[in-house]
Amino acid sequence: MSKKSFRAAVNEALAQEMRRDPTVIVMGEDNAGGMGAPGADDAWGGVLGVTKGLMPEFGRERVLDTPISESAFIGAAVGAAACGLRPVAELMFVDFLGVCFDQIFNQAAKFRYMFGGKATTPVVIRTMYGAGLRAASQHSQCLYPIFTHIPGLKVVIPSSPYEAKGLLIEAIRDDDPVIFFEHKLLYDEEEEVPDEPYRIPFGEANVTREGGDVTIVALGRMVKLAGEVADKLLKEGIAATVIDPRTTSPLDTASILDSVRETGRLVVVDEASPRCNLATDIAAFATENAFGALKAPIRMVSPPHTPVPFAPELEDLYMPGAKEIEAAVRAVADYAH
Amino acid sequence: MLQLSRDQLILAYTRMRTIRVFEERVHAEFGGGAIPGFVHLYAGEEASAVGVCLNLEMKDKIASTHRGHGHCIAKGCDVKAMMKEIYGRRDGLCGGKGGSMHIADLSKGMMGANGIVGGGPPLVCGAALAAKTLKTGAVAVAFVGDGGSNQGTTLESYNLARVWNLPAIFVVEDNGYAETTASAWSVGGSQVKRAEAFGMPGVTVEGEDFFAVSDAAEEAIRRARDGNGPSLIHLTLPRYFGHFEGDAMTYRGEGEIDSLRRDRDCLKGFRTRVTETGLLEEGQLDGIDGEVAALIDEAVEEARRAPPPRRDDLLTDVYVSY
Ligand SMILES: Cc1ncc(C[n+]2csc(CCOP(=O)(O)OP(=O)(O)O)c2C)c(N)n1
Ligand SMILES: [Mg+2]
Repeated sequence: MSKKSFRAAVNEALAQEMRRDPTVIVMGEDNAGGMGAPGADDAWGGVLGVTKGLMPEFGRERVLDTPISESAFIGAAVGAAACGLRPVAELMFVDFLGVCFDQIFNQAAKFRYMFGGKATTPVVIRTMYGAGLRAASQHSQCLYPIFTHIPGLKVVIPSSPYEAKGLLIEAIRDDDPVIFFEHKLLYDEEEEVPDEPYRIPFGEANVTREGGDVTIVALGRMVKLAGEVADKLLKEGIAATVIDPRTTSPLDTASILDSVRETGRLVVVDEASPRCNLATDIAAFATENAFGALKAPIRMVSPPHTPVPFAPELEDLYMPGAKEIEAAVRAVADYAH
Repeated sequence: MLQLSRDQLILAYTRMRTIRVFEERVHAEFGGGAIPGFVHLYAGEEASAVGVCLNLEMKDKIASTHRGHGHCIAKGCDVKAMMKEIYGRRDGLCGGKGGSMHIADLSKGMMGANGIVGGGPPLVCGAALAAKTLKTGAVAVAFVGDGGSNQGTTLESYNLARVWNLPAIFVVEDNGYAETTASAWSVGGSQVKRAEAFGMPGVTVEGEDFFAVSDAAEEAIRRARDGNGPSLIHLTLPRYFGHFEGDAMTYRGEGEIDSLRRDRDCLKGFRTRVTETGLLEEGQLDGIDGEVAALIDEAVEEARRAPPPRRDDLLTDVYVSY
């Protein structure tokens, strides 16, 4: 056990799985870096240094840099997965799914069903998401709802370094295609992370706070913010349960329902655009299955229905934060018919 | 070179110089923490944007890349409004909503820098199709990096432009790298042979030679305007800064940047050429240098002081109507 950043936790999971299983390979743009260049090898280790050090240990045959041809290399990862490898491909920013989506949603996601259960496609696609780096409209989106929508894909959204390591190891060992979402603003977060490999199963939510008044379901980077709000409100006598679903497909609906039946009040916090996102999905699910228990309208905390703006003042306004979460929790806690 | 008037030469130098000083200054301002986000600088590559755009008319369109400041300036975008955009200000060229990676001015035929590698070429096919359909006589130019030349969207666009016989020009700016990856490694085959394989003419030109770029562009643009279809121009170019600001550039060779700046500088080459042939005088060029320096100083001063967007701006511009 030692303090590790989210970045280091992801890196360690990759390295340990590559040591354990020679069929695990890593590929992506500049995942090592310096390919064909006169200077240093392993120059970047990915654009934010997450895969640094893998190439020196495992060589270029298992850490493949790629041309900027996402359709081809993401598709190659899918094809290789169907033929005996366990590739972990990096789609640098999830916003780039536009130039490779077919290989993910029509190919990887469908093989098993279309082929009558005969195919396994153990591919992992790691990808960076989220606002906060002033990276503007084409480098800041939270597109996990689009992937969650597709039957055949598993979707993982780790909320901390500990979660990232255990969930990534699980993703690599899982036999289905997994999309693994890393929030840009989490890479430098640190916490205690075991040194040895461990697995966190999919479809089992993590309850980070327990309280009987309100249920908060939050995803990814929002989990920590929701926890901080819960701690603050507890001092005022509002006790919240905070649920991190960890995976949106499969989704641990039982944990969410159990808590909503107890508290009767639900806030869902989702950094993705507000239409057809996970907040609407979870809210609909809770309404359908726990309507009788609800004591207040469900509140959803999401950004407005706009692209992510560049100017810092606008981006700060755009991103849901502790303030919006707190207001929503108060609103449901105070609600009376 | 013979076709260029004295005024055009002065404009070419002014624009190249403006791009250089703009980029050096953005580099310094970013280093000082004044500029947010991702910034990719074009210094060293000025002769490409200017050599091509000087041969274009206002009605012609260009689509750029993430490394877009130079293309914007070359197509005539307002330099002060660009600086404000990079600072994220309300009266920036895109209202502070786009930033460095998305500067656009459609009124100048500048269809935008682009955060998606390979985003531009299909759009340029569309611009060329519109020109052809509406019989405007306009052409459209896609600037594409060496890295971007490997994107499926780019290669599909070559084919579409050929089979629809579009007035499109693809300018591959080969600055040796895509991020840290050498183009010598990432590009299978050759750029020119790729063009030929799709049935369009292609040439490789030394991209720091403004006159060579301009000649090649003039020919390709004339071909497109005359209804004879697309062409490709492959430019070899130096990139003076990192991939983006903050890149430590450990992948580059020892002394590489110094030698690029010394031996492959389009501004120095231009100056030598026009003064030795008596087309322009040193004093004239020095005068332009002074004007450009003053303009960029003012642009930064104004950008620093300019107000940020207002709260309400967050929700506007998503749709035309809704
Ligand atoms: C579809 C897509 N893939 C990857 C990236 C990340 N990226 C931005 S610029 C770049 C390198 C581009 O290289 P090149 O086309 O040679 O242009 P240069 O930066 O050299 O001007 C990469 C990989 C992106 N923005 N979009
Ligand atoms: Mg390049």
